[in-house]
Amino acid sequence: MDPAALFEFNKGRAINYEADPETTCLVELDEEPPHQLNPEAVDIALTISLLLHARPMDEVHVMRKVVIDGSNTTGFQRTAIISLNGKLDADGKEIPIQQISLEEDAGRKTGEDQNAVIFRLDRLGVPLIEIATGPVINDAQEAGRVALAIGQVLRATKKVKRGLGSIRQDLNVSIRDGALIEIKGVQELDLVSKAVELEVQRQTTLLQIRDELRSRKIKPADLKEDYNDLTSLVSQSESKIVQSALKQGGTVQGVKLAGFAGLLKKELMPGIRLGTEMAKRAAFWGRVGGVFHSDELPGHGISQAEVDAIAGKLECHTSDAFVLIADSRENVLDGLRAVVERAREALVGVPEETRTANPDGTTHYMRPRPGAARMYPETDVPPVQISSDRIRQIGDNLPRMPEELAKEIGSKYDISPKLAAQLVNSEYVDTFGEITATAKDIAPSFVATVLTESMRSLARDRVPIESLEDTHLKDIFRLVAEGKTAKESVLEILKWLAMHPAANAASAIDELNLGMMGKTELKGIISKVLESHRSFVQKNGAKALGKMMNLVMAEVRGRADPRLVTELLQAELEQARG
Amino acid sequence: MSVSELEGYHGEILRRLKTANAKVGDIVKITTMTGEVFEGALFPRSEYGDPNHIVLKLKNGYNVGIHFQRTEKIEVVGGGQKPHFTRPSPPPKQPGLPRVAIISTGGTIASRVDYRTGAVQPALTAADLASVVPELANIAEVEADILFSELSENVTPSQWKTLAEDISRRITEGVSGVVVSQGTDTMHYTAAALSFALQHLPVPVLLVGAQRSSDRPSSDAASNLTGAVAMAANADLGVVGVTMHQDLSDRYIVAHRGTRVRKCHTSRRDAFKSINSNPLARYDLHTRQIEYFESPPRRRSDHNFSLKPEFDHHAYLLKFYPGFDPQIIDAVIKAGARGLVLEGTGLGHVSKYCYDSIRNAVKNDVPVFMTSQTIWGRVDLNVYVTGRDLLNLGVVPLEDMIPETALVKLMWVLGQTRSIDKVHGLMLQPIAGEITERTTITEAA
Repeated sequence: MDPAALFEFNKGRAINYEADPETTCLVELDEEPPHQLNPEAVDIALTISLLLHARPMDEVHVMRKVVIDGSNTTGFQRTAIISLNGKLDADGKEIPIQQISLEEDAGRKTGEDQNAVIFRLDRLGVPLIEIATGPVINDAQEAGRVALAIGQVLRATKKVKRGLGSIRQDLNVSIRDGALIEIKGVQELDLVSKAVELEVQRQTTLLQIRDELRSRKIKPADLKEDYNDLTSLVSQSESKIVQSALKQGGTVQGVKLAGFAGLLKKELMPGIRLGTEMAKRAAFWGRVGGVFHSDELPGHGISQAEVDAIAGKLECHTSDAFVLIADSRENVLDGLRAVVERAREALVGVPEETRTANPDGTTHYMRPRPGAARMYPETDVPPVQISSDRIRQIGDNLPRMPEELAKEIGSKYDISPKLAAQLVNSEYVDTFGEITATAKDIAPSFVATVLTESMRSLARDRVPIESLEDTHLKDIFRLVAEGKTAKESVLEILKWLAMHPAANAASAIDELNLGMMGKTELKGIISKVLESHRSFVQKNGAKALGKMMNLVMAEVRGRADPRLVTELLQAELEQARG
Repeated sequence: MSVSELEGYHGEILRRLKTANAKVGDIVKITTMTGEVFEGALFPRSEYGDPNHIVLKLKNGYNVGIHFQRTEKIEVVGGGQKPHFTRPSPPPKQPGLPRVAIISTGGTIASRVDYRTGAVQPALTAADLASVVPELANIAEVEADILFSELSENVTPSQWKTLAEDISRRITEGVSGVVVSQGTDTMHYTAAALSFALQHLPVPVLLVGAQRSSDRPSSDAASNLTGAVAMAANADLGVVGVTMHQDLSDRYIVAHRGTRVRKCHTSRRDAFKSINSNPLARYDLHTRQIEYFESPPRRRSDHNFSLKPEFDHHAYLLKFYPGFDPQIIDAVIKAGARGLVLEGTGLGHVSKYCYDSIRNAVKNDVPVFMTSQTIWGRVDLNVYVTGRDLLNLGVVPLEDMIPETALVKLMWVLGQTRSIDKVHGLMLQPIAGEITERTTITEAA
């Protein structure tokens, strides 16, 4: 069987599913056969295919791609090629698009321990379009630019939802003499170049380790699968992990890694050492938690005397390292086997694997890389013929691409090309159209600025703007247009609504006391200000307007229209003089 | 070149593939009119696929269909790889384990997928089974054989007979239990048939199937089979049962009594339910323990085991519905019916416009029995006037017997006797737990 499919099936780790009884259906639970291919999803995939100049297949065949980590209740992911051989312009460079496929999204992992993995099914089965670029991206920054360009095409379809996770990037990174590494789960575009950079660093360091091992003349055969029971040597250890394993009837066993001294602590990425990689492998194949390597010992409650005893028992010389695992016997042996395998791979360089991105751009081992052997036909879903009529119809109705749209928006609404481009690249271009259509008295450039610059600055201040709904935005501008609140208050209201997404814009205005003042109230404030500066007003007459305006606005900013304030002030000053 | 080498292809495509000397599995290069090139293994075409597309499995494992009108050139660039499967040696036999016979009737209980063609290859020898479901070797000494190979909807009463005879032979040979694999759709009919044909069973006879075919990683075939073999080997049961998932989790394999079980869902793993009855027992796949529901029939060593495998298929099951045409009753009488089970509404009713036809059936010595389409519950013809009318016409209510079991029992009874009185008597006499006088609250659930 395929290495990715060979996830240890019989090892007794349970897979638990969290399903909402109100929304999860029997197909998602794998209790009902799949329905036919979703025609809307196919149409969207075809639209994207045509935007990327890819050739749609004459007949789409749904495949089952075996994934036995439990993320799919069926044990496979349904996937189909929609088109091949497209291309994309990313800042003037042509990037080949090898393949566009339509897949089912997998379940989300929501928890895990030694005995069970938990997946939630709310995301399972959601149509997912996978776009694979050709291997022509040379550096991390370019990867970021290509991701951005693809994102623009996707947004052009207007089918992409706002928020984290609706566009995900899987990166394939390989360097000379390295290996193809698939990195999953890079959610933020900003992280793409960082993750690529760190992966290059990791592969480079692994190659250095390989060279070092070669210069130490270590051969695969030197790495022996001799596992030694060390329980008696550490039975009095202060290590909590060791004691807890022993209490549960487990053992501590170790293996010598000839010639690895000092290499296990070598940092591949920030916080991730070769020893960490081995521990992750051991955790994957042996479900073990307690992994120690000699480069980090003494430590973790294991004393120098214990280290010496272990090194003696394993016949380690100064150039050798060792790895210990504390767990049940079966798990320990599986874990140690994985450690030796990983050590042998270090002699070759970089092992092919699928890795998961951490939020900081570093990655950890997820599973072996799958091959073509894990694909077989989904016989429950008949192939779908894509007629030339269907392609023609989609081709005649393609959405406009960002540059084109920006040009049009720029001239239609009289906003600067830069702002128009920002708007088109933002997630709010449709919302912009709806707002300007209803709130006619507001300058489109103001709406555009709020939807781009203001939103970005709120996001920088960690305001959760993704919780803002379109109705929030539309309401705010409508209330501004109706004179219920001032333009100056918009940012404040957005911020509050982002924190209180269940509320509406009108209640935000009440809550923040940002409603417009009545004329009477405003007049009262003006009189009060004039009163307290009576001598200045009398001395300067109409020339006092500027200063008085500043003082009044300081009190009513955001709650009164400056034009009205000027008007009333002028009248009052006139009166005072008269 | 035989047709099977180009399976599923017709007409013009077939001709062009033959000209190119291509066979399914060959690496084929297709150049289109527009100069695109597709290379991959030629894949068989589905039997009902349209005749216009060639299916290739690309190097990355994906299949794609290419319209033949776009193809300029078809070339074979590489020979097909024969799928090879080196059979793992079966795990060593463990001495002292109970002997369990596995009889396959066509439900593919264990199989392998050929990833090249996607074809499902049955794995049916004992060695195959042991390698596909290695736990079996720790549970029992398994002897597996194919008796016949039919989709479950094609199984007929004459095959029930063949099966009952085969099981009887194995029991006489001294196995500790028998497992019968079958397609699930009609498994409850087979289970009812065996319940009547194999009486005073000394060992469990358990039917097993899979709701999710075994070419999927999520298949329930292996877990159901494990549960069935474990219970056949060790459960203290002397009865026919159906062993399938108890709920949606892969934890309990539950044995339902053969005369009380019904397939109640088209696709769920726990489709089989005990009707008007508790299940017999269940096997916990985690703890490997067997738990019993209340007092099921136990293994016996009284040598009273008897085989009565005759069935007469001239029995009919008719479902009443609003607008039901009573001529259907007349027609089956004319077609030679020797007994009739009605699936009435509610407590067991059919419209009064059927009375004449029912009277006619009874007059022609065709016994008429009443069951209910509500699935759960007991018929009672004394509550409403229609019921009393039907009793008066000679309709015999079958208590809490489920309609499918009533039909199978009628076939079996007609196989034992043609005397109307005896038919009536046997139908109402509990033989294999198909009728009970009382239904407890848990049984009614």
